[in-house]
Amino acid sequence: MPVILQGLLTILIGVGGCIGYFFLSNMVLDKVIFPARGENAGRNINRANAVRPWLFLFPALFLLSLYLVYPVIGSFLRSLYGRNPDEFVGLGNYISLFGSDDFQQAFFNNILWAIFVPAASTFMGLLVAQLTDKLSWGNFAKSMIFMPMAISFVGASLIWKFVYANDADIGLINAVRAAMGFGDPVDVVQIPFWNNFFLMVILIWIQTGFAMVILSAALRGIPEETIEAAILDGANPWQLFFKIKVPQIMPTIIVVWTTITITVLKVFDIVYTMTGGNFGTEILPSYMMDFMFRDDGRATAIALVIMIVVFPVMYSNIRQARKEMR
Amino acid sequence: MDNIAGQKSSLTWATHISVFILVMLWLIPTVGLLVSSFRDRDQISASGWWEAPFAVELTARGRAATEATPDGDLYVVTGNIFDDEEAQSYFPKGSDDVVAFGTSGRNPTEHPAGQTADLGDGQSLVVNADGSYEFRTPEKPGSRGQRIYFAAESPPKFTLANYNQVLNSDGMGRAFLNTFTVTIPSTIIPILIAAFAAYALAWMDFPGRGLLIALVVGLLVVPLQLALVPMLGLHNRIGIGQSFMGIWMAHTAFGMPLAVYLLRNYMAGLPRDIIESAKVDGATDFELFLKIILPLSLPALAAFSIFQFLWTWNDLLVAKVFLPSDDASKVMTVKIADDLLGSRGGDWGILATAAFVSIAVPLVVFFSMQRFLVRGLLAGSVK
Repeated sequence: MPVILQGLLTILIGVGGCIGYFFLSNMVLDKVIFPARGENAGRNINRANAVRPWLFLFPALFLLSLYLVYPVIGSFLRSLYGRNPDEFVGLGNYISLFGSDDFQQAFFNNILWAIFVPAASTFMGLLVAQLTDKLSWGNFAKSMIFMPMAISFVGASLIWKFVYANDADIGLINAVRAAMGFGDPVDVVQIPFWNNFFLMVILIWIQTGFAMVILSAALRGIPEETIEAAILDGANPWQLFFKIKVPQIMPTIIVVWTTITITVLKVFDIVYTMTGGNFGTEILPSYMMDFMFRDDGRATAIALVIMIVVFPVMYSNIRQARKEMR
Repeated sequence: MDNIAGQKSSLTWATHISVFILVMLWLIPTVGLLVSSFRDRDQISASGWWEAPFAVELTARGRAATEATPDGDLYVVTGNIFDDEEAQSYFPKGSDDVVAFGTSGRNPTEHPAGQTADLGDGQSLVVNADGSYEFRTPEKPGSRGQRIYFAAESPPKFTLANYNQVLNSDGMGRAFLNTFTVTIPSTIIPILIAAFAAYALAWMDFPGRGLLIALVVGLLVVPLQLALVPMLGLHNRIGIGQSFMGIWMAHTAFGMPLAVYLLRNYMAGLPRDIIESAKVDGATDFELFLKIILPLSLPALAAFSIFQFLWTWNDLLVAKVFLPSDDASKVMTVKIADDLLGSRGGDWGILATAAFVSIAVPLVVFFSMQRFLVRGLLAGSVK
């Protein structure tokens, strides 16, 4: 298998190259450029220490700027050109996008996804975290609900095809309908508007585990005294949960919510596998893939729209991180 | 909580039951896939996977024998339908109970088993539950025997045939190897690069450090979609094109923000005393990193490796764009999404098996490394 050999070779070159780079550059810095001896020893050590962080950072920064910073600019510039990369169209791509029905549909659906999936996943995650908190077999239950995190979006879509299939002998939903005596099987991914929600269920199924793990840890981090005090004051379990516990873990709930929102805005696999964007289920990432390889101008314009939607979350994350560092 | 003991027992029961229901809801779809992947192909389309342990009624066809014995002015053909080659392909064991039979493909279960059916022109046919039949006809039968359709109970059948077909003849074996080839270098190479950068951001003082950390946090959420067109263009210009080399570099770079962020958070939390005293003892930054920081950061390194492994193994988008679309370099997700779902949309056994093959390895990794995964998530993943 030549490709596998190529892979092994790449690991060797990649890892060996990294070790070699860090070791050699460090040595060159200390022994050749700023040697810690002679009359300038002290000054040289200081200079070497000022340069060293950049040696350590260089490979990571190089990759980050090449693959993530440059594309922001590159995509923006490309989106100003038409299908032919020499034909400058200005904002033409954006204007025709916003005027097209498909784009409006995809945008609207994406908003639906971005509202519904994080809300439902966080709610379910919180529910499971609270219910399993004091349960003897809670860890097992959590592990089962966490499991879909390991499954690819493509795999998950296939799994759910066995629930949604338009055949009472394959699809669970239609089997239940048949058992309850409703007539012919229905294809749930073709019901206009509601099919979006059937697709969202797949992502909720995956993301609930993530929300549960983080919220479960947050619930355990709540100081015991506050709970004991509430019980002594006669709070019932509902009040205890909604008035004492939830307010204390609110910051974590927000982090979980925004993290899932970001994921939702990027996932194209589920729509691509389940409906291919047909039946009114298109979302922006899958809509972009329709233009990928065909019209780079359109594709980059859609990517930038996704970026703009993500931007507020990015801003608040950076602010949060800076606050924590102080 | 003793003062609310009265409510406690009923609430506890409600909790047990609702958690049980939730776990069931979460598990059932996956169990269905697993069960379906082991079922016989004819049985999958005849009954739901939840009925897999029970017998299935299958409809099949065969032909009566051609040797006839004269009986008065009629010819009689007798035999057992399960001896027929065509019928045996549906019921290899032949021990099934015939429920009904017929002579036309449009209505294969016209007559209940054991009842004599009048076929007109003086012909009659009866098929008994054990498969034995008797066909009476006024004319001597020709070289082709009478067509017999029948429905019979087939015992539940579990087989590895789907796996055999998926791995050997549908190209999933190749795709499995390709997925491995993409995943392993993409998981290993970013670790060291990110670890050095994370150390610099956590424990070295230099101007612009805060700005760089903010940059990494910001890049965590940049949609990959932005990188597709410009980077594919760059790969084409520098001669990498769509290739494994290209996807390794892309995955390494796309994993970098999470790697640097996770590792920096973890390293920044290591006790200051250890690092200060090592510095006092004359350790250089390089030695400090290799001998103290790296070994202490193993849990974070493990957590990141698991994330990166799951992400690259499960990825569809990057593979579709940065790998060539020929059969030789398709990974499993692309193979399933583009080939199997398109051309074999109705072949549920093959679909279930292909899906299970593709999720088996991540599931093993998940269940064996769950501890690290949870720890990594709690260290503040934003991906």
